[in-house]
Amino acid sequence: MKKVQFTSLSMPYLLLFPQLAIVGIFFLWPAAEAVRSSFYLEDPFGFGSTFVGFDNFVDTVTSSDYGRTARFTAVFTFFVTFLSLAIALLLAVKADKVLRGASTYKTLLMWVYAVAPPVAGLIGLLLFDQHVGPIVDFVALFGWQMQIGVNYYDTATAMIIVSVWKQIPINFIFFLSGLQGISKSVQEAASIDCRSGFRRFWTVTFPLLAPTGFFLLIINITYAFFDTFGIVDVIVKAEPGNNPVTLVYKVFLDGFRGNDLGGSSAQSVILMILVFILTIVQFRLIERRVHYT
Amino acid sequence: MAIRKTVASVVAAAALLGTSTVSYAATEISWWHAMGGALGDAVNEMATAYNASQDACVITPSYKGGYEDTLTAGIAAFRAGEQPNVIQVFDAGAATIIGAKGAVIPAQTILQEAGVEFDINDYIEGVRNFYADSDGTMIGMPFNSSTPILYTNEEALQKAGVEAPKTWEEFQEIAPKLKEAGYVPLAQSHLPWIFTENFKSRHNLQFATNNNGYDGATGTQLIFGEPIKAHFTAVKEWLDNDLFAWYGTGWSDNQTPFNEGKVAMWLGSSGSFAGIQQTVEFPFSATFLPYWDAVEGAGTGTFIGGAALFAMSGKPDEENKCVASFFEYLSSPEVQYTWHRDTGYVPITNAAYELAKEDGHYERFPAAEVGIQQLTLPGGEWTKGYRMGFYVQIRDVMNREYGRILTGETDVETAFATIEEEGNRLLERFAKTIEN
Repeated sequence: MKKVQFTSLSMPYLLLFPQLAIVGIFFLWPAAEAVRSSFYLEDPFGFGSTFVGFDNFVDTVTSSDYGRTARFTAVFTFFVTFLSLAIALLLAVKADKVLRGASTYKTLLMWVYAVAPPVAGLIGLLLFDQHVGPIVDFVALFGWQMQIGVNYYDTATAMIIVSVWKQIPINFIFFLSGLQGISKSVQEAASIDCRSGFRRFWTVTFPLLAPTGFFLLIINITYAFFDTFGIVDVIVKAEPGNNPVTLVYKVFLDGFRGNDLGGSSAQSVILMILVFILTIVQFRLIERRVHYT
Repeated sequence: MAIRKTVASVVAAAALLGTSTVSYAATEISWWHAMGGALGDAVNEMATAYNASQDACVITPSYKGGYEDTLTAGIAAFRAGEQPNVIQVFDAGAATIIGAKGAVIPAQTILQEAGVEFDINDYIEGVRNFYADSDGTMIGMPFNSSTPILYTNEEALQKAGVEAPKTWEEFQEIAPKLKEAGYVPLAQSHLPWIFTENFKSRHNLQFATNNNGYDGATGTQLIFGEPIKAHFTAVKEWLDNDLFAWYGTGWSDNQTPFNEGKVAMWLGSSGSFAGIQQTVEFPFSATFLPYWDAVEGAGTGTFIGGAALFAMSGKPDEENKCVASFFEYLSSPEVQYTWHRDTGYVPITNAAYELAKEDGHYERFPAAEVGIQQLTLPGGEWTKGYRMGFYVQIRDVMNREYGRILTGETDVETAFATIEEEGNRLLERFAKTIEN
């Protein structure tokens, strides 16, 4: 085979330049700026700043609220990731078997993907409203006095449900195409060997879906961490009070609402490190067990 | 044909150019505000009326979202050198903008430099000092000023055979009767504002060291004494006995049950008056924010809430003159009275208050006068206001801990210890940002 090579050395760099420029301007530069300002206490109007070393980090980590927010974020991320993956997988497996009207089912399951997170939050807010929400009326029949905005756990439940609802479609689309990518001959061979559809799923289909699953796992954790911002904001009505919020939302609260740039930057640096570690763990530990065909 | 068309368009373009040059002769100034909905319409009307009243200046108001969003947008614009001439900043953000020495020109200075006569005593008692520095120079021009008052459902009070309470002791007597009559006796919409800041003012209690923070940010610390802790202990008891209801931190979640006639009495803003008048179907009235008679020296006036207009620095002189002319227009009795009547916010000058009285506004709507009467109650040492940095976050801490008290997640002592510790830490951090 003939090797294609660039004639001049600058050409590949020139072609790479737009991508590198975007990464540089929109990621590296702001990230470096965040790291810098996390070591300063700055007057919001920019008249002066004081170097305070690690004070911002110490203040952040030792505040009673930070631990609580971090714990909630972990629990929230776990539930959102687990539930949206599990429900989407179930729906995809069932939709894959539907023969008649398959595209109607699929469209119905996918449309939610087009809903913007703040809109999803707003719909959730209406459904869960403590005065007029139909879901609140419904659960009251079972004796659950659900009060979003008052009870910490009720608000958390609503946030998780809305976030999961919003995320199921994209997982569904990926799982469905993953399922359709599994070759018919493998499945037919499996059905000859084993009659139980349940066992067939776990021993043949599921491992073959693992690459898709791993990809979605990363996407979903990132979603629960960062993209649920709009949902959280709408559900707590920008007034968190005693309601749970995620770490990313807290960065926004302190930085943009409270104008505490140093403290907010310190929090985002902590988040950056956290995501960095998480990514390494995912690729080191989990990806080893995934087989790409 | 084609030539005629071209000629026509050239003439039209020239005509357009002509008109636009005319309007360019007036100095344009910008005003960023946080008034949405019906209040936003009132702001636009005020700006249009001002523009029509003279030819030298044209003010353009733009809505920038909520109070926090507006302040954040103003800060970002200032850092980029694109600040508006006038920005509306709310009570809790006052320390941020006043603390940043050089971000704003004091309203008093800008007026005096433009040759407008200014006497701080023209402004009503409660409004005068809130946006002033410790020397009494008015920095922000009070704009939409409100204060917490008690709204009552008259039908409910009649059914229970009780009168609106003046003190919390009286409330404790009548609340069980309202409960028997089938009502939730009381709700409120802003725990830090009503049950903390104005609790301090109504009882003439010190809120923070350094003269409530007016004397400087360094070393300012929150003060919570026994009275406020006793108050929250009582509130929690009322809640447990169904004499009080709490529907979360959101403002409207707490107002809705009152509007629907489920809650008999609601503590809200005097600025809520116009909205309630349009919504409710029962006869309603309003009265002063109750106080604890047991606290010595209680019964003093309250602070103003709402927001003020600040003239941002770094603008050419001619634009500053226009800002001064707008401020002068804004504080004129007629404009203040219109604003007061249409929105429910209190008039900021004594002259405007007199005009509203003369016009018979309070005979038609007695409840509309409650806010201003409460603001003109005799003041005390600690009723001028407070000045604390990072106060938006301190309020967030209060909201969180108060919510935890009311849902039984923590007790009053622990909650106040947390607020004090975290609040003081924020104050200390704020002091470091401005004094270096």
